[in-house]
Amino acid sequence: MRSLAHAKLRRIRALVWKETHQVLRDPSSIAIGVILPLILILLFGYGLSLDVKNVPIAVVVEQPTAEAMELVASLQLSPYFKPRLLRVMAPAQELLLAHAVDGIVRIPADFSRHVGAGDAQVQLIVHGGDANRARIIQGYVQGALGAWSARQAAQGQQAAVVPVSVQTRLWFNEADNSSYFLVPGLVVLVMTLIGGLLTAMVMAREWERGTLEALLVTPVRSDEILLGKTLPYFLLALIGFSLCVLSARFLFHVPLRGALWVLLSASTLYVLVALGIGLLISSWVKNQLVASQLTMLVTFMPAFMLSGFLFDLRSTPIVVQAISYALPARYYVALLQTVFLAGDVWSVIVPNTLALAAMAAALALGSRLAMRKTLE
Amino acid sequence: MLDSLLRILALTRKELLAVLKDKRSRLSLLIPPVVQALIFGYAATYDLNHVTYAALDQDHSAASRQLLAAVDGSGVFERVADLQRTSDIATYIDARRALLVLQINQDFERQLLSGRGADLQVIADGRNSNTAGTAIGYVGSVVEQFNAAWGGDHGWTPPPVQLVTRAWYNPNLETRWFMIPGMIGTLTLIQTMMLTAMSVAREREQGTFDQLLVTPFRPYEIMAGKALPSMLVGTIQATGVLLVAQLWFRIPFAGSYLTLYAGLMLFLLAAVGIGLLLSSVAATMQQAMLYSMLLIMPFSLLSGLTTPLSSMPEWLQYLTAINPLRYAIDITRRVYLEGTGLDLLLPDLWPLGLLAALTLSGASWMFRHRMQ
Repeated sequence: MRSLAHAKLRRIRALVWKETHQVLRDPSSIAIGVILPLILILLFGYGLSLDVKNVPIAVVVEQPTAEAMELVASLQLSPYFKPRLLRVMAPAQELLLAHAVDGIVRIPADFSRHVGAGDAQVQLIVHGGDANRARIIQGYVQGALGAWSARQAAQGQQAAVVPVSVQTRLWFNEADNSSYFLVPGLVVLVMTLIGGLLTAMVMAREWERGTLEALLVTPVRSDEILLGKTLPYFLLALIGFSLCVLSARFLFHVPLRGALWVLLSASTLYVLVALGIGLLISSWVKNQLVASQLTMLVTFMPAFMLSGFLFDLRSTPIVVQAISYALPARYYVALLQTVFLAGDVWSVIVPNTLALAAMAAALALGSRLAMRKTLE
Repeated sequence: MLDSLLRILALTRKELLAVLKDKRSRLSLLIPPVVQALIFGYAATYDLNHVTYAALDQDHSAASRQLLAAVDGSGVFERVADLQRTSDIATYIDARRALLVLQINQDFERQLLSGRGADLQVIADGRNSNTAGTAIGYVGSVVEQFNAAWGGDHGWTPPPVQLVTRAWYNPNLETRWFMIPGMIGTLTLIQTMMLTAMSVAREREQGTFDQLLVTPFRPYEIMAGKALPSMLVGTIQATGVLLVAQLWFRIPFAGSYLTLYAGLMLFLLAAVGIGLLLSSVAATMQQAMLYSMLLIMPFSLLSGLTTPLSSMPEWLQYLTAINPLRYAIDITRRVYLEGTGLDLLLPDLWPLGLLAALTLSGASWMFRHRMQ
């Protein structure tokens, strides 16, 4: 019994050794496993941002009265806008049409008179194309308007008290910095793709070349092959992951509020899942071309769109939510956003980790079955 | 001239056969864009229609109940709990059981009735700060309506200035209108570029490329024969997504199809050109695959589809100048939603044309170079 286990271990070690050699000799897997994640996290970490700053807007002041100019000053002081002063509407509309400005704030000619009467209006025309941005701009204009009324009130003009005012506190991200949630999400995106690609390309290549069949006729068992093949890539993916986390922490200054070991164990599980997806795909299609296209299709875009990394899943139809539950990325996004920003919240960590563990087990089983089936 | 055209057509036919004769690969080219458009069309929206919140009403007054009823009645919010203590807030937010907690302090009604104005505290789960910000905005508009109603009933002077907002081209500010037209280019890019890069790399790996080179085909004819089928596939995929946008999501099409397809053709030409250039550099299929993925991912994420280009650091904005998808997304969105004509689209069209010209001539130079 002991010698049997020993032999098994030896076979696995030999396979790992052989595979490690292959990895070291073939720069493409190191490129995928280590360099690609680093490049992607840098590009996307800098490139993806939902923060709105220096929005070009046109401010149409039809009558430059004191009140109107104070409002303009309030817009100019706001860090969110780069206002362009105009006297009439027509050129402003042309600017909006040409996408040279994102919105028009129109202060009508009778503004001051109506401020005195207490029923003044300021018109805001936004470019509705990018609705998210339009909404943010609207909020900022409202804010500038609020600052203006407060100043007017302080100068003894009409009091600007409203019955209920909203006081907001944004937990976990007081500064409202979008890279706090985008960067952990990007780690998910990158690791999903890397894990899947590594195994999908490698195994499919072996199938194509027939070397896997050759391996199958040796005393090595199929689960040993899987283990031996996966281990080196697993380590490679972990290196890539560590680079991502290091850049998240030190380059993009995302706080890590949870424990490091929680982050590491959850990520280890996820890397296994991602590798498993690649294994399953490649033992199913056995063709490098199709395998990598399929991996791209089932990992990259779904992890981008359906993981809750960017878009709130609670607002999608039930069918889409159901699909998202089948995607490992969803659980990992919840884990990472919590461990990075909120800390060790066990009520989030435990169920999501369990889901990932179940998926890893199912994928391991699935690839073993797929492998065994081909033996017949 | 005619001979050349016939040769290109023959090669195109052969390429199309190679791609389409197998049922699985036929389906793998036609189904994914449509299915993705359907699923992502629902998923990719910043709008919220289901915001979970917990209420912490420490006032228990008619006014506080009226305010919370207004929140419940807006149709967007779902109250998941009525909290008793401030210590409960963390429990609900941390565990993601509520996106927001609305806290109303003890003297809420008293302050309202005394005319001093009261506060509504909103605590939001900032783990996705964009979602949180949108939800807070929704609370703001509910409160605004409440203020108007309460102020009218209790004789408050209305705020001296009101902001009246109008959104052009998308009156209800639905992000779906913005996302789905942008997907027309995004969903076609992946397979169009890969198909081209792979088709040459495969021939090279199998040695049939050398055979092709000894035929009477000129290098540019081979290139055209490789480019046309991919463009055709891309056009069909784009049409599929366009149909989903119009027939399924019912997003009104404001522009002209001619303009849209003209833009798409230029985009596909540039995408195919990049694919050909990659395949002329790559020695094996695996390398071609790797190179195209290396480009496709940044192309699709840094395209302005989900996050605006203007929020990027300046150096990266310059870098996106080589991203054909960036222009395609701008074109499809503007033609689709605004009915923009070709003249206003020129800033997008000429870079695409330049990209296509550069990549195609680069690829053709590489092919010729390899021949000698």
